[in-house]
Amino acid sequence: MTAPAPVETLDLAARFPGWVTPDSRPGYSGWIVEKDKLLDFARALRDDLGYDYLSSVTGVDYLPEGKMEVVYHAYKTTGGPGVNFKVQVERRDPVEVPSLVSIYPGAEFQEREAWDLLGIKFTGHPDLRRILMWEDFAGHPLRKDWREAYFEEEFKPFKSRWPEGKFQMAEDKARLGDNLSFPAGFDPRKKTDFDPEKALYEALRQYQKTESGLETEHLLVNIGPHHPSTHGVFRVAVVLDGETIVNLKPVMGYLHRNHEKIGERNTFLMNMPYTDRLDYLTSMSNNFGYALAVEKLMGITPPERAEYIRVMMAELTRIANHVWAIGFLLNDLGAYFTPMLYAQEERELILDIFEAVSGSRMMCNYFRFGGVARDLPDGVLEKVRDLAFDRLPRKVDELENLLADNEIIRARGIGQGVLTAEDAIRYSTSGPLLRASGIPYDVRRAEPYSIYDRLEFDVACRPNGDIYDRMMIRFDEIRQSLRIIQQTVKQIPAGPIMAVKPAYQVRVPPGEAYGRVEGPKGELGFYIVSTGKSSPWRYHVRAPSFINLTAFGPMCVGQKIADLVAILGSIDIVLGECDR
Amino acid sequence: MSEMYGKGILKGLGVTLKRFWDTYWEDAVWLFRQVTRGERRYRSPEGIAHRASKNTRGIFTVQYPEEKLPVPEEFRFVPFLVYEEGPNGEKVMRCTSCGICSRVCPPQCIWIVRTTDPETGRPIPDPAEFYIDIDICMNCGLCAEFCPFDAIKMDHDYELASFGRSVYDKEKLAKPVSYYESIRPLNAARENAARAAKEAARLAASAKPEA
Ligand code: SF4
Ligand code: SF4
Repeated sequence: MTAPAPVETLDLAARFPGWVTPDSRPGYSGWIVEKDKLLDFARALRDDLGYDYLSSVTGVDYLPEGKMEVVYHAYKTTGGPGVNFKVQVERRDPVEVPSLVSIYPGAEFQEREAWDLLGIKFTGHPDLRRILMWEDFAGHPLRKDWREAYFEEEFKPFKSRWPEGKFQMAEDKARLGDNLSFPAGFDPRKKTDFDPEKALYEALRQYQKTESGLETEHLLVNIGPHHPSTHGVFRVAVVLDGETIVNLKPVMGYLHRNHEKIGERNTFLMNMPYTDRLDYLTSMSNNFGYALAVEKLMGITPPERAEYIRVMMAELTRIANHVWAIGFLLNDLGAYFTPMLYAQEERELILDIFEAVSGSRMMCNYFRFGGVARDLPDGVLEKVRDLAFDRLPRKVDELENLLADNEIIRARGIGQGVLTAEDAIRYSTSGPLLRASGIPYDVRRAEPYSIYDRLEFDVACRPNGDIYDRMMIRFDEIRQSLRIIQQTVKQIPAGPIMAVKPAYQVRVPPGEAYGRVEGPKGELGFYIVSTGKSSPWRYHVRAPSFINLTAFGPMCVGQKIADLVAILGSIDIVLGECDR
Repeated sequence: MSEMYGKGILKGLGVTLKRFWDTYWEDAVWLFRQVTRGERRYRSPEGIAHRASKNTRGIFTVQYPEEKLPVPEEFRFVPFLVYEEGPNGEKVMRCTSCGICSRVCPPQCIWIVRTTDPETGRPIPDPAEFYIDIDICMNCGLCAEFCPFDAIKMDHDYELASFGRSVYDKEKLAKPVSYYESIRPLNAARENAARAAKEAARLAASAKPEA
């Protein structure tokens, strides 16, 4: 168990005079760093001040002010509050900011994302290609002046729906052809010789090493996007030497729908059901993270009963997710579907509870700003009690007993796909992936939110960072979640479930907030900028599935090709969240 | 390392065998219950309830569509419009076309045309047209949650597969209050009580100045 570090007053402006100024905009916090000093500042922050974990990197387009901003959130893996720093540049196309990959390699994918969606060019980035959009896409969709196909208005609700809501199908209103805009000089009828894959394969080639004097030929294999073991539409381009992986690049974005752009058109409340669709296996935790971020801005906290319900639901979600993850990992190891279906039974019983509480098994949309949508219906608490005290402990033991000493799992898991503790931090991994590498970092303890500071549980941690530990840590976490649920069932008080009157238009004061929760897959963060309007100005999701993949390549290099799917399975990704 | 090879496989087979055995053991138990109490394991509410309980053993699946899991009261699928039956059996929509549902709908799939009085040009609280694009609806339930007139509610019917695009108009969306009360009895009772209390308060308030 890591005790939260004592809160220290950090005056970066005094420590780095001339480099750093406090961010004094109303509602904002953190520090503004001079662009030229960013690298020196980040190095000092990591090495001298101990902020070794770069959680989130994203950008904001302040179009009216003519500025672009890159926002960083860094933490210490020993716990405690983080530091939020920004770099501001004049808004151009593209803007240039130094890349932090050399200091925090975990920024690699996030910077690519910011380049792709916001047009922020990170100078010095080793492989700055688009990541979610395809390579010959024109424009940067998260810029405020970029408009999507079928664009209607900047913000919802659209005027065409009421009171003169003459129904029109979107596809009739904007037929393909007149809703597309092409970059200057581009003719869609002409074939171009642009090869969208060239940059990818070139990026892979950079890493190829030929041994001294010996010319070896490497084989390039694409796994996915449609492959049962990639857990969705996910592709990996792998360079092989015989059967050994020399290098690989994940290719993603096949499920991309620009969740963040949709979120910036939506009102604050409308985003709640959309968060369900991020990691669609863990909608309750997604709701949790988003609600926390907006509540931070609104300055409200939910009543006691709602906090207990929230934690209970979030921990049930963790169990449901972990049994799924364990089951699927077994699929990837070749134990096709039998263990997974056993694990699924428990998940089904948990989903029954979600359905009774929220109305939906997976798309729960249950949290509201200041509480939850409705109180627990009669009988639900008994069901939770039955599961938490009786059935789940039994069944988890049974599943562990089935899997833990299986020699095939041990042979394929122990010592395979190792992620060292240093690398786990460097690559900004989070969740079970980080903790299985020996770092007991859990947001619920490191920076407690909701009522976690009052609940007894241990942060699960395993030392070896291999596939086997990543499977076993999920068993440990299920047990800890059961402990938490047992406490919430015993202690849940009566009372109201909303701190404020339920409203569909919430007033969110201007400012920024970063809300993060320990989701089942890792640290799920929401960075929100409000300008006081009904929709967020910026809505960014720090997706653990996405960022954990940064470590995927380094984990696989040197392994055999057959281990690739097992390593991927042990990370536990969901493409709905990864591609957003 | 003193690993005994094959142990894991034997253990795994053992677990599977136990599940297999459980299924038939439970069948035997239920056979007894059927004889003594007339309760059946398959295609019966008590059998399905048992399979969805913490004591379920052996076979866990439900043979859809012959068997269906019951849905809880809060279950939501697509919205419908509630109407009350007038004295002559006419449909009186509860909806006042206030537009809140269409403004709160995240994917903006509710389209409402308000009726206006042809003479005064003022709006009449009754929708002239009401469309929901069911294929776009994300089943979030926010429309039902924020309708101030309890006029739009979430349905329990989930068997809506169709070959084309599903756009429901006012006719197709309208369902009687009695149907609503049958699928969501607790909610309906709560709302009726709240409305009655409000009505009573209003009457009391309007009675006061006269007294
Ligand atoms: S919110 Fe209710 S009353 Fe208002 S338009 Fe929608 S269904 Fe009708
Ligand atoms: S359920 Fe949600 S998406 Fe569907 S019509 Fe209602 S508000 Fe819109």
